[in-house]
Amino acid sequence: MARITLDGMRHSYSPTPSGDDDYALKRLDLEWSDGGAYALLGPSGCGKSTLLNVISGLLRPSEGRILFDDEDITGLPPDRRNIAQVFQFPVIYDTMTVRENLEFPLRNRGLPSNVARQRAIEIAELLELSDILDQRAAGLTADGKQKISLGRGLVREDVAAILFDEPLTVIDPHLKWQLRSKLKELHQRVQRTMIYVTHDQTEALTFADRVVVMNDGNVVQIGTPSELFEAPHHTFVGYFIGSPGMNVMPCDVRGGQAFFAGDPIETTNANLVKEGATGLELGIRPEFVSFAEKGLEVRVVRVRDAGRSQVIDTERAGTIIRLLLLEGVEVPAETARIAFDSKRTRVYADGWLVE
Amino acid sequence: MRAKYIATTFYIVFLLVPIYWLINMSFKTTNEILGTFSVYPIEFTLENYATIFTDPTWYMGYVNSIIYTAMNTTLSVAVALPAAYAFSRYSFRGDKHLFFWLLTNRMAPAAVFALPFFQLYSAIGLFDTHLAVALAHTLFNIPLAVWILEGFMSGVPKELDETAYIDGHSFGGFFVKIFIPTIAAGIGVAAFFCFMFSWIELLLAKTLTAVVAKPIAATMTRTASTSGYELGLLAAAGVLTIIPGAIVIYFVRNYIAKGFALGRV
Amino acid sequence: MNKTENQRGWFFVLPVLLLVAFNAIIPLMTVVNYSVQETFGNNEFFWAGVIWFEDMLQSERFHNALLRQILFTGIILLIEIPLGVAVALTMPRQGPWVSVCLVLMALPLLIPFNVVGAIWNIFALPDIGLLGRGLNELGIDYNFTRQVGSAWFTIILMDVWHWTSLVVLLAYAGLVSIPEAYYQAARIDAASHWAIFRYIQLPKLKRVLTIAVLLRFMDSFNIYTEVFVLTGGGPGNATTLLSIDLDKIALGQFDLGPAAAMSLIYFLIILVFSWIFYTIMMRNEAQ
Repeated sequence: MARITLDGMRHSYSPTPSGDDDYALKRLDLEWSDGGAYALLGPSGCGKSTLLNVISGLLRPSEGRILFDDEDITGLPPDRRNIAQVFQFPVIYDTMTVRENLEFPLRNRGLPSNVARQRAIEIAELLELSDILDQRAAGLTADGKQKISLGRGLVREDVAAILFDEPLTVIDPHLKWQLRSKLKELHQRVQRTMIYVTHDQTEALTFADRVVVMNDGNVVQIGTPSELFEAPHHTFVGYFIGSPGMNVMPCDVRGGQAFFAGDPIETTNANLVKEGATGLELGIRPEFVSFAEKGLEVRVVRVRDAGRSQVIDTERAGTIIRLLLLEGVEVPAETARIAFDSKRTRVYADGWLVE
Repeated sequence: MRAKYIATTFYIVFLLVPIYWLINMSFKTTNEILGTFSVYPIEFTLENYATIFTDPTWYMGYVNSIIYTAMNTTLSVAVALPAAYAFSRYSFRGDKHLFFWLLTNRMAPAAVFALPFFQLYSAIGLFDTHLAVALAHTLFNIPLAVWILEGFMSGVPKELDETAYIDGHSFGGFFVKIFIPTIAAGIGVAAFFCFMFSWIELLLAKTLTAVVAKPIAATMTRTASTSGYELGLLAAAGVLTIIPGAIVIYFVRNYIAKGFALGRV
Repeated sequence: MNKTENQRGWFFVLPVLLLVAFNAIIPLMTVVNYSVQETFGNNEFFWAGVIWFEDMLQSERFHNALLRQILFTGIILLIEIPLGVAVALTMPRQGPWVSVCLVLMALPLLIPFNVVGAIWNIFALPDIGLLGRGLNELGIDYNFTRQVGSAWFTIILMDVWHWTSLVVLLAYAGLVSIPEAYYQAARIDAASHWAIFRYIQLPKLKRVLTIAVLLRFMDSFNIYTEVFVLTGGGPGNATTLLSIDLDKIALGQFDLGPAAAMSLIYFLIILVFSWIFYTIMMRNEAQ
């Protein structure tokens, strides 16, 4: 068990980075508390796998330090770091049985045979692999193999953190949710720090207590799933999380009041906008937009059926504004007026929440 | 250099020393070779190479070899493409047996076929032609090309074909415009191996030719036996046979590792 | 891949079938024809039944050639396979040197067989070749044209020089196809170098090595030109391997009957061994 701290971390894959663009990971100062369930969420290429490999020691960062419980382990190789990693596709030792796979990390570290055997049996039970312990690992299905990968991590008692690199990628869709709930359950039982990298927001939001959203090498926001949903610090977070994502529209702020297409809009933070701020935008989630008697005039463009709800696209001044309503609610035909929940409407400057 | 690479380095040195010796010899006169022993040419001379480049019996040997090798490679790959496609996508009666039978031909000792080929190709009037050698070499090159191409084709999912048909392509259009570019690496590898095995094979090439289509290999062996040992000339000729091979490897160097995977490893 | 049942497949393989059959079946028929007939010259042929086969199978000359061949193939397999794997294991897998290594290693594979023989001829001549002169200077009595031991040493060294790279390239291809994640997981699992070789690399190599053994077995059993150019089968009969012996009988002595019979027996031996290897290989792939 350990607290993981990243101090002044930056990483570039090129040996001579010149500008910010050469860095896969831009400056990070992060702390992961002991025993937490974290998700690293972001689109492909945002640097999440790089970050994971830095933590596990498979990659040495170009700058910065990494500490486990205040001990600088930046120079330590992976096998001395008390971490375990589960990869995108199942990595198992084909020629060994399930039992031998589970015992492998312990035997390599010199643990006595009976101890290794006992641990393997315990973990196998945790993962529901007990009845296939003596089968050859090569013959299992993808989810079984991933469980073995996970098992090899759990089997070591000194493991401070388990890192997952998009582990459900090769799992059949109907087994994904099963494995996902198993992982959550495991975390609760085992109480070890788990860091789960994914580009799938459902996986992230259901697994993690706290989610780290990344984009383009930067950490954009860290928060609980509901914090991310309710109060995104960056338009990217708003757009990436939730389906459909947050509405973003250009706006002006004059005298502490926000205006969109000439009409005043009530927000929580327009008064905090500094003089001369650029790239001003309004952000509001479709869930918090509704049709009203008084409000912004819009043209109804499209209505889409999304199962139990419907997504309505409306248009004003060249910007599409989406609403999310329950199915069955009446939608005006051509023109309508919409109102925003002022407590959920925020102003963003250059993408960042104005505070 | 890291200790790990020592084995590789020694191995490469081992490979290059005899070749260096050949190059060394090629720049010496035969007199010097027989007279003195030295690791480098004391009297550096280009006369061996000059002889080869100016004497038609010599340089035509190279030309002939290149001609029939190119003919064979084109022919083998061309007919192997549809066959490999069939083995990869279709199942038809006897397909596995046919595939195995093809591979058995690759196993045949050339010596077994020397005399029969001589009689066969003479009988159909193709003796001493490039075509004869090109055709004879297809005996082992076609099976190899089919095997390699089938491996690569099996790596391309059938969904690609089906999507193309849905998009309205005819089979021919699909094959030429979509499929072939997808397996371009495989075609390169197959062509490389066909070139390689045709270029290095001597027994059949020598048996089926006399004067017109004589490969360079035959000219070289003639030299060794008739006019005594003209070692310098022989060495120069040898060096020149290595060059086309070196050029070809250079061009496919990025595919060598992939190629030896044969799509199946 | 799920193949579709389609008898149209036969049209696709027709060109291949015709070409290969033309080259394979007609000559083979000719050989079979000769093998069961006897000639007294003058183009007169008489049915001879299986005498040639019996003669050949009982002939001491054939047995000797076969034994020499088996010895040769056995030795080179024992050297080339482990050597090839060892070199492949120590080759760099990334970076600019990879191409250089691969190109240099592939070079011997593209040299015409007779040039290979010529290279080693020039290289091993006792008085003017680097190897020959070198060995003799070191006090070793070496002369491949006169001594059996030297001759065998040289042809084996030549074959190893010529063909080990094939094994290296195959093994290398197998090794690089192992995803990096396996090595990463092994590092995290604190696996030793030996464990990595045994549990990750060797299983992957098994498939490749079967191909390598099959190819080397077949080709070494058929070897002709390189050895012929280097030693001519000598000194005496010392290095007369199967192909060379066959050639002597067929083209040298023009004994068509015995030559044809020997050809068929020869071919059958290879076929049987190759079929065994092939079946093992296919069964490995199916797993």
